[in-house]
Amino acid sequence: MNRRSGSGYTGIPAWIYAIASAGALFVLLPLVAMVAKVNWPQFIPLITSESSLTALGLSLRTSAGSTALCIIFGVPLALVLARTPFPGQRLLRAFVLLPLVLPPVVGGIALLYTFGRQGLLGKNLELAGIQIAFSTTAVVLAQTFVALPFLVVSLEGALRTAGNKYEAVAATLGARPTTVLRRVTIPLVLPGLASGAVLSFARSLGEFGATLTFAGSLQGVTRTLPLEIYLQRETDADAAVALSLVLVAVAVAVVGLSYRRRHTGAAPEGAAK
Amino acid sequence: MSTTGKPLAAVLVAGALAISLAGCASGTPGPAASGSASEVPKPSGTITVFAAASLKATFTKLASDFEAKNPGTKITLNFAGSSDLVTQITQGAPADVFASADTKNMTKLSDAKLIDGTASNFATNVLEIAVPPSNPASISSFSDLAKPGVKVVVCAPQVPCGAATDKVEQATGTTLTPVSEESSVTDVLGKVVSGEADAGLVYVTDVKTAGDKVKGIPFAESDKAVNTYPIATVGTSRNKDLAAAFVATVTGSEGKKVLNDAGFGTP
Repeated sequence: MNRRSGSGYTGIPAWIYAIASAGALFVLLPLVAMVAKVNWPQFIPLITSESSLTALGLSLRTSAGSTALCIIFGVPLALVLARTPFPGQRLLRAFVLLPLVLPPVVGGIALLYTFGRQGLLGKNLELAGIQIAFSTTAVVLAQTFVALPFLVVSLEGALRTAGNKYEAVAATLGARPTTVLRRVTIPLVLPGLASGAVLSFARSLGEFGATLTFAGSLQGVTRTLPLEIYLQRETDADAAVALSLVLVAVAVAVVGLSYRRRHTGAAPEGAAK
Repeated sequence: MSTTGKPLAAVLVAGALAISLAGCASGTPGPAASGSASEVPKPSGTITVFAAASLKATFTKLASDFEAKNPGTKITLNFAGSSDLVTQITQGAPADVFASADTKNMTKLSDAKLIDGTASNFATNVLEIAVPPSNPASISSFSDLAKPGVKVVVCAPQVPCGAATDKVEQATGTTLTPVSEESSVTDVLGKVVSGEADAGLVYVTDVKTAGDKVKGIPFAESDKAVNTYPIATVGTSRNKDLAAAFVATVTGSEGKKVLNDAGFGTP
């Protein structure tokens, strides 16, 4: 986070570097191994096959949709958690963050019994003529479920770091709460919101377990890229590896984007303190 | 700049360490396993059996019966989709016996020269329609599955149960428009058990395992796609005596009884 380049002293003993590089290798080596396994002459045909492109398109669309839902519901959630003390706040935060540590398949089962045909809400939705099971909506719901905590965590952190001094000043100058939110709070935490949104997008893109359990798998409707990879692996290992590389590339691009934003965005904020 | 020397050295040390550790892990020979094959072929020791997921109930029973009859033996079971298991074995997973849910995956393993001798077929399985106990879409035949508005879930054509589904569709001239094509038969069954789907195409044995959570509807055309289960000793096995003894149990009368009870057919 902080680029302190002036002094040469880092205060880290040399052996820390040894363990750190072993840790880095542990993460990087499997990626290198996968790249080494790619069938390069066939790479382009493999990733541009009809089923691959359909899956990629569906993944991008549903991830965009779930990121939008994460922003719509995550921003108010983060505001409530960061700004207003109320009884049971810790408990609420713990439950909102639960999908971070929950196995996605468990999330899928939970969603099934909520929005499924026999589910808690699903029964009523069915009567109203809305069917969620086996639809693209189900994919978006599954992705939102697992991605929402990423946005809430990032934004809540940003809100707490920013503090509420400026907001208090704006309020004393006569701005109403909604104006303060729009003109002061949101611009102040925009970098945090952006990186939270990017992380949510990345998490949605990689979502597998909840989708498989809750939404099913049908080309063009619910079979996102991770599900396509899982299926291709049954018959065509080359295609599975090639598509995995595409997903890694997209994920690296997304995380890189978020990191740069956070970096450039955090600088003036730090300077203001 | 002045401090770059040390970290670089540390990186090199770490790299060397990682390589030597990796060498250590893959080179463990397990010297005790092979020594004691003396005159009497009384099986002893430990083997690992890789078996198709649909064999879970039957193989668990057969293995514990086998251990009870042969004190001093231990059979470790690993269940997964057949193609997953083939991948694991070709990547060096320590398997002694492989039981596949279709001949295609066994052929993959024998093409890779990883089985001992030839595989023997020990069971067959056919498809059955599974519906929720209340049968909401009133399914009574295979052609009912093609009725408009029926939510039917099948296996994707890439996996054995999906290939079988394709065959039945061709044989009957019925084209299904499934709402989902799952990667495994257990996922299909799950969608029926939870009531999300009106019907699913699974194996007879899956319907039997699910008990009263689903209702099975057999259909005559299922004999157009009979899945055959082969079993073989893996070539890299370190305890081929025990592996062969377990294969003999599965293919013998005892195995037949357990498998037939679970709904499997005899090849």
